[in-house]
Amino acid sequence: MRFMVLMKADKDTEAGVLPSEELLTAMGKYNEELVKAGVLLAGEGLHPSSKGARVRFSGGKRTVIDGPFAETKELVAGFWLWQVKSREEAIEWVKRCPNPGEGDVEIEIRQVFEPDDFGPALTPELREAEERLRAQAVAKQ
Amino acid sequence: MTDSTTHRAIHAVWRIESARLIAGLTRMVRDVGLAEELAQDALVAALEQWPKSGVPNNPGAWLTATAKHRAIDLLRRGKRLQRKHEELGHEAEQETAVPDLDEVIDNDVGDDLLRLMLISCHPVLSTEARVALTLRLLGGLTTEEIARAFLVAEPTVAQRIVRAKRTLAEAHVPFEVPRGDELVARLSSVLEVIYLVFNEGYSATAGDDWIRPALCEDALRLGRILAELVPKEPEVHGLVALMEIQASRLRARVGPTGEPVLLLDQNRALWDRLLIRRGLAALERAGALGGEQGPYVLQAEIAACHARATTAAETDWARIAKLYETLAQRMPSPVVELNRAVAVGMAFGPAAGLELVDVLTAERSLAGYHLLPSVRGDLLTKLGRFDEARAELERAASLTRNARERHLLLERAEACARASRGPSQ
Repeated sequence: MRFMVLMKADKDTEAGVLPSEELLTAMGKYNEELVKAGVLLAGEGLHPSSKGARVRFSGGKRTVIDGPFAETKELVAGFWLWQVKSREEAIEWVKRCPNPGEGDVEIEIRQVFEPDDFGPALTPELREAEERLRAQAVAKQ
Repeated sequence: MTDSTTHRAIHAVWRIESARLIAGLTRMVRDVGLAEELAQDALVAALEQWPKSGVPNNPGAWLTATAKHRAIDLLRRGKRLQRKHEELGHEAEQETAVPDLDEVIDNDVGDDLLRLMLISCHPVLSTEARVALTLRLLGGLTTEEIARAFLVAEPTVAQRIVRAKRTLAEAHVPFEVPRGDELVARLSSVLEVIYLVFNEGYSATAGDDWIRPALCEDALRLGRILAELVPKEPEVHGLVALMEIQASRLRARVGPTGEPVLLLDQNRALWDRLLIRRGLAALERAGALGGEQGPYVLQAEIAACHARATTAAETDWARIAKLYETLAQRMPSPVVELNRAVAVGMAFGPAAGLELVDVLTAERSLAGYHLLPSVRGDLLTKLGRFDEARAELERAASLTRNARERHLLLERAEACARASRGPSQ
């Protein structure tokens, strides 16, 4: 199963302060461990929210809101995509991560949906319809 | 934390740490079976203590320290025993100095893991034993999980593992990384085992048991680990590339009612782009190392041709035909030749494909292989030789053991019969 591991922002990442050499080295080593264990599928760091934007949907209206955004601790500063055997294994790997910030920082672990996670509620007919939709969505791109 | 959450956490730690732990211990005690017992003892100790004390901050170090203490006790006891023997005047010339154990277990983790992979896939063991031992020692799977994955009884797997360990001990198989050609030969056995595990998961299409598809993930993980242990071996990256690209199609190769969907009919929107990208990257790593392309690299190149084509019609069949030609030289096999015939038929027209297939009809090893008449029937249909095509497709239907496939073949045979009668009737 796959997990998306979200590194939350703090005031430094939001201010665009680049990590210290020490932290970069530690993170590099950690990422190497993940690769050597065959766990890491992908991962990236994100620019501060000041460079981002949001699109708010409200009925038929779409409103663009430019960054930065206020709720720092809820923002994402980077992510990994891991393939592991269980949620507990993802937690164990996160616990090994070097402390990414000066103050309190949180790393969030979220499981990625697989087709089978929908269980029997997703009947073959529904699933086929969903796959058709997806195919159309891709064809339109 | 409740007991069960602690237990789950312990098993997660075990999955992460067990292979390295067993590998380090094997180097100390020079016996895989004993090393695994020591590691298991440490696991049991954790299961006893952690629910009360909580999971330690560095659980891997805790397990290592616990197992190491037991190993040291064991070695000292052995040494004391030996001294006694010496006092009694027995011959005991063997070198049994207790080495600097911290160093032994902490250094060269990578080499130890590689040694463990090589010994688990040692040619002295049967294929089944290699698979079971690899999944158990390197994949961290339980005997029960292995048994379920391979649809055999648990005691059978347990026995295979016990026997495998005994065989390794009796044959005094050294815990080592050979050099040069011997390393390449030994690695090929590891690659074979990993690909076998992958295919076991891959061929179990819609099965009710979720463990079988999980085998693909186990194999991929082992392959990715191996690629970091021996980064300079192109065939290892070739196998990883092949598995990543094949795994990218897992979602597309089974239809809504569980029927298999052939490659060219698959909905490519369902292919996992991330895995394809990873596969292509692994293939690039293999290519960058240079040298002659081995069978895994070539098969991965063929898989990559399909992965790169946005639609089935865009497939570069000429390149695939060329790759099969090279593969047939490196790894001559009638099945490879049949695949080449299909590619040639797609690239240069059905007549060219048929020419190659006709040569194969004399091949004895393909006599009962349903894909031969199936491919031949397909090419004959395209050439408008419907009567011959029908006979071939019917023959293919009688040879396949898969009911769905038989049904499909008979439908195509029937279509040939209608075409043969012509539109007026």
